[in-house]
Amino acid sequence: MNKPKFQKRSLFMLAYVVFALLPIYWMVNMSFKTNNEILAGFTLFPNHFTWDNYKTILTDPAWYSGYINSLIYVGINTVISLIVALPAAYAFSRYTFLGDKHVFFWLLTNRMTPPAVFLLPFFQLYTSVGLMDTHIAVALVHLLFNVPLAVWILEGFMSGIPREIDETAYIDGYSFPRFFVQIFIPLIKAGVGVAAFFCFMFSWVELLLARTLTSVNAKPIAATMTRTISASGMDWATLAAAGVLTIVPGAIVIWFVRNYIAKGFAMGRV
Amino acid sequence: MSTTTKPVNQKAWFLILPMLLCVAFSAVLPLMVVVNYSVQDIISPERRVFVGTEWFTAIMRDEELHGALLRQITYSFAVLAVELPLGILLALSMPAKGWKSSAALVIVSLSLLIPWNVVGTIWQIFGRTDIGLMGAALQGMGIEYSYTGNALHAWLTVLLMDVWHWTPLVALLGYAGLRSIPDAYYQAASIDGASKFDVFRYVQLPKMRGVLMIAVLLRFMDSFMIYTEPFVLTGGGPGNSTTFLSQFLTQKAVGQFDLGPAAAFSLIYFLIILLMCFVLYNWMQRVGTQAKEAGHE
Amino acid sequence: MARIELDLAHAYRPKPQQDSDYALLPLKMTFEDGGAYALLGPSGCGKTTLLNIMSGLVMPSQGGVKFDGQDVTQRSPQQRNIAQVFQFPVIYDTMTVAENLAFPLRNRKMPADQIKQRVGVIAEMLEMSGQLNQRASNLAADAKQKISLGRGLVRPDVSAVLFDEPLTVIDPHLKWQLRRKLKQIHHELKLTLIYVTHDQVEALTFAEQVVVMTRGRAVQVGSAADLFERPSHTFVGHFIGSPGMNFLAGRSKGSAFETAGATLPLAAGIELPMGDYKLGVRPEYVTLANADTPGALPMAVSQVQDVGTHVILSAARDGALVKARLAPDSTQLQVGDTAWLQVMGSHTCFYKNDEIVA
Repeated sequence: MNKPKFQKRSLFMLAYVVFALLPIYWMVNMSFKTNNEILAGFTLFPNHFTWDNYKTILTDPAWYSGYINSLIYVGINTVISLIVALPAAYAFSRYTFLGDKHVFFWLLTNRMTPPAVFLLPFFQLYTSVGLMDTHIAVALVHLLFNVPLAVWILEGFMSGIPREIDETAYIDGYSFPRFFVQIFIPLIKAGVGVAAFFCFMFSWVELLLARTLTSVNAKPIAATMTRTISASGMDWATLAAAGVLTIVPGAIVIWFVRNYIAKGFAMGRV
Repeated sequence: MSTTTKPVNQKAWFLILPMLLCVAFSAVLPLMVVVNYSVQDIISPERRVFVGTEWFTAIMRDEELHGALLRQITYSFAVLAVELPLGILLALSMPAKGWKSSAALVIVSLSLLIPWNVVGTIWQIFGRTDIGLMGAALQGMGIEYSYTGNALHAWLTVLLMDVWHWTPLVALLGYAGLRSIPDAYYQAASIDGASKFDVFRYVQLPKMRGVLMIAVLLRFMDSFMIYTEPFVLTGGGPGNSTTFLSQFLTQKAVGQFDLGPAAAFSLIYFLIILLMCFVLYNWMQRVGTQAKEAGHE
Repeated sequence: MARIELDLAHAYRPKPQQDSDYALLPLKMTFEDGGAYALLGPSGCGKTTLLNIMSGLVMPSQGGVKFDGQDVTQRSPQQRNIAQVFQFPVIYDTMTVAENLAFPLRNRKMPADQIKQRVGVIAEMLEMSGQLNQRASNLAADAKQKISLGRGLVRPDVSAVLFDEPLTVIDPHLKWQLRRKLKQIHHELKLTLIYVTHDQVEALTFAEQVVVMTRGRAVQVGSAADLFERPSHTFVGHFIGSPGMNFLAGRSKGSAFETAGATLPLAAGIELPMGDYKLGVRPEYVTLANADTPGALPMAVSQVQDVGTHVILSAARDGALVKARLAPDSTQLQVGDTAWLQVMGSHTCFYKNDEIVA
């Protein structure tokens, strides 16, 4: 069976790649220029290529600590979200129980709340328990929208696994925890990968809540970037470099979960 | 949720308990606080007066609110209309295996990983006719492009930015859904002599229904709550042509920092989204069951 | 309806050096038009690979496939006009039963009334006429498999129907119904049917000829009787039958056979050159003999299992284990007693290097 070498879909893919990369290329372009060059004229490639902007970020603790802080609370949040969501998604997928449809929909509603609504209550709550400006505070607050999303995504993937697999495992003598960890989770690897990626993503880019609950110790990179307006106007160059660097951890995460998304799941465990 | 019969098991509550605790802590408590504020006039931390539904009625009559709401609804529908088909098409076009698959995944997901204020900034620069590639290119083509001066241009730019930013979400979900279809379905379709479009219509799309519903709901909700990106790009202008609901709320709340009305509006905002999602969710479930009973075609 | 000839091998690597590099060792096989065949063997023996090569989903690394004398190796499954039923039901969720069955015909641009008629005939055969307007995704697994099968049968000129362990997800109490249905269809339509399974009962009841496979090799092709009476390989003897064939290692001394510490005379007409052999005899053909009967081994009874329809007596001697399948109530022997088991007879086979020699 011969496939035509040049397919319309490949063309579309290529077009989209250009579309996706163009603004990013422009930002990368800017990150290697100086502010003067940016404002002075229009160049497709830096006339005076400079690493200065990156050097500023990587050597100034005020900048790089932002990255580390973000990574910490995003990591904590992703782990907790998954651990809590997996059994819950299984319950929704496999069983009917009192109030299940209502709880499921209530979960979704948490995702629908504009974060601005909860700003003040969160501020008061975390101040009162002394968890202001900590990574765990932001991680917990982000559970608000990440856990429902994780449950939602995982439930969808779990429902695609035939129940015969569960039953066969019980007949074979597996205890529930063992079955869940050794058999079930590998089957929904794609779902776990997708859920982990989205938890990472939504937590990483969230600005409002993260900025409100932190000041110095756990200040995320997104907040640091908003302070680039100085007396001389927007510091485009450093901003661009910082922006480029915010993409890196995410790109690494997607690289690691790519196999889980790509492989789908296998029918049956034999 | 799947609709085939499932065993009843109340012990399932133990499985969802950890999740309930986490979310309740993050959601129910704060919500109660907001409800509390929304029915009071908080003149100072010590002096609070119960005012009942006064804030709610005032807000409902606000004409500016109606304008912002209309703009918001138009925006969300435009977003869905473009991003859904585009995202599905992208998911179908992404290679399934090999290094090309990994490369495509990384490139497509990049825009999702950029903090939203940076997204706004990128497009702010990109669209400027003096230092931005797109602005300069459009001007070079003879178009009097200005997202700060022309309301239509502003709208289209904000929309384009959203499409650039969020279509990959739809595409990634669709891609994961596609990868989970066993080969046998494609083999059987090939044996049955199905055309490529038939395969899409009868095998791929039905099997993607779950993930696509997630995508529709997510995009609708997020676009309805959008704040940072349009704010950074256009600041809501020119005039208030790109001022959507979130920005409207923030303007009111920050402008006159009054917890009472702000809390009241927050609740209304939340309820609007809730209502629309409820309607959308049920409509999609119903479409699914109707198609089941009537039989396709 | 087609006659399928295979002359091929399939290797994992471009330059195979040894047997383990092959998924399928070189084989030559013919499946006659209208015959019902089974490919039987344990997991990983290559039976599904062979099926997929026949259907066109996999291209063999060496050799080719012929349908009715024509080389179809390069052709797609659609071009070969085969039908394949998979391990799990593959149906179009959004369509009704009738639409599912009509789908292959619509793609061939058959006129609508002909399609309707054909669908009716096949639905009748599958006993699904009452469900034609139901949405396919709501039905049980066995009904869905029938639809999968129906989509293959609905084409009047289908060359062969290939089954890849189709009863895997079917409830046990429904399996026999589907098997019966398949036999009926075979009888009525006279199609070439090839059925892959690891279950010998399925294979032996369904097929006229069974291909027993292990580790990429087809070790024997024959009817159920052939496989039972004269397994050409110890694997076949072991795999077929419940319990499988007894094997006793021993040595030939011309006209006598030494095994399990005793010397037994070979039956008249059997000549075995000197050397090591395995004696194979099925439990069904092991009988109780009187003491000191020539050819009988005194063994210590280790287990007596009453299975209702028969009794399985297990006995051991000198490290060798023999099972005998006896009629119920035919013996009073208990564990520990000495039983004289007659292992030499017209049904006894001898194997050298696992291949039958006598």
